[in-house]
Amino acid sequence: MSLLRVDQLTGGYNGHVVIDGCSMQVDPGEVVVIMGGSGSGKSTFLKHLIGLKPPMSGSVELNSEDLYSGSMNDRYRRLSHIGVAFQMGALVSSLSIFDNVALPLRETTDLPEDVIEVMVRLKLEFVELLDKQDLLPSELSGGMLKRAAVARALARDPKLVFMDEPSAGLDPVVASALDDLILKIKDALGVSVVVVTHELESAFKIASRIVVLDRGFIIFDGSVDAIRASDNPRIQALINRTAEPMAFDAEEHYRRIMGLPEG
Amino acid sequence: MIFGPLRSAVDFVGLVSLNLRDTLFYVIAGRAYGQPVRLTAVSQQVLLSGLQAIPIVILLCGIVGVMLAIQGMQTLSIFGAEQFINVGLAVSIPKEFSPLIVGIVVAGRSGSQITSRVGSMGLNGELDGLTVMGIAPHRFVDVPTLLGLLVSVPILVVIGDFAALGLAGLYASTALGMSFHAFMDQLIELISLADYLLGISKGVVFGVLIGGIALAFGRSVAGGADDLGRKTTSSVVVCIATIIAVDALYSILGQL
Ligand SMILES: Nc1ncnc2c1ncn2[C@@H]1O[C@H](COP(=O)(O)OP(=O)(O)OP(=O)(O)O)[C@@H](O)[C@H]1O
Ligand SMILES: [Mg+2]
Repeated sequence: MSLLRVDQLTGGYNGHVVIDGCSMQVDPGEVVVIMGGSGSGKSTFLKHLIGLKPPMSGSVELNSEDLYSGSMNDRYRRLSHIGVAFQMGALVSSLSIFDNVALPLRETTDLPEDVIEVMVRLKLEFVELLDKQDLLPSELSGGMLKRAAVARALARDPKLVFMDEPSAGLDPVVASALDDLILKIKDALGVSVVVVTHELESAFKIASRIVVLDRGFIIFDGSVDAIRASDNPRIQALINRTAEPMAFDAEEHYRRIMGLPEG
Repeated sequence: MIFGPLRSAVDFVGLVSLNLRDTLFYVIAGRAYGQPVRLTAVSQQVLLSGLQAIPIVILLCGIVGVMLAIQGMQTLSIFGAEQFINVGLAVSIPKEFSPLIVGIVVAGRSGSQITSRVGSMGLNGELDGLTVMGIAPHRFVDVPTLLGLLVSVPILVVIGDFAALGLAGLYASTALGMSFHAFMDQLIELISLADYLLGISKGVVFGVLIGGIALAFGRSVAGGADDLGRKTTSSVVVCIATIIAVDALYSILGQL
């Protein structure tokens, strides 16, 4: 049974389609990397997957339940089975790291406080932040903040965790340590991870499967070996980091620069 | 030209009411949906909007009380009737001045605090973060804020009553050459229970209005720091304007 099933999802902003008829699924114990160039719609896709944005059409199923059917409270209940680590952490700035990780446990479960404390310390130990538990989010470095966000995402022992751009803005050593953490989450905890990134190297290192998003369409869904072997020119452009070939039209270029209407 | 602002005003009233409706939902049914309201969060808001506002409320209500006494006695002295100042104070302070001053103080202090807090939570993605954890932002942020104001503003009105009446009494009794105790006994005797409770009820209404408006402004922050500043300013201005308008409405309806 898949943990996440996306069926013919179309979505975007104010009637403007950014994601067009995308389908994919995530099975237990795999790391799925969603890749794509800048502006390809990765962040938008993620918003649809984690319950922040109802799709224009199509469906998102978590544990075989339609995420967006019913009331907002049904959605909150379904969302309590997943974890999300945002790019900038999105931790509550007025709470300590410990309280931030404890937040989902305190607010959505009936666990007694002493159990919660042990669970939180376990998660902080897992991401190696136990010694920072009393600091505020503003007192952590970028890399620590991301690990704290991971600890919070893992707090309720979900089966599925989403991560947005985990290595963006980190130095290569810290970014690679974060990749190791993602593999550790998969191997040690048996949790499936969906990672949105445009870091090629990191994608190849962690992915069980890679999904490539391009201009709102899924143009590839397969293993790391398969993507290396792909002869699709846009995928080749992505993995060889070449700018996409574009026919140069001198007249059109002139119009654009001069702000003239399209001819 | 007038329709633009009018429409946005109507839109905003709609936004405030929708927000209040969702908030009220979690007050009543939150627990049943696994979204219980936490009392510690409510008490934090009481601390912030209530307890910490006590000094400024005492100061301002006290000053206004003394000014009322001075002005009133000056006017009454034209008719040689200074001793009736107690009637004026007993009618105007608990019903009118104390709730109004408290409302304006809380609008300035808490209106800006709430809008900037919720606005920056939105900008930092904290509200989205709560949503994906399955924690309703309305329950976690809005409900405690609103309940906190609902509790603290009426209490501040009572404190404002004491400060304004006490200091006005101190001035008037001295000016009339009476004992403070005798003056206050008369004064309290003259306050009607209905006026006193009306004043406190204004506190409840102002609390809800300030909370509702400031939260809705905070939620509407989008774009960045510029908008946060703009919405915080608007929030305070709209809160104060609404309080004065509603206070006027009370007076007009009282005439009927
Ligand atoms: N809030 C928004 N309102 C309107 N359009 C938006 C909004 N956010 C993104 N878009 C548009 O949606 C498209 C896809 O943006 P998105 O942020 O999903 O791309 P992305 O793949 O995450 O890019 P990046 O790798 O640079 O983060 C872009 O054309 C962008 O202009
Ligand atoms: Mg993005």
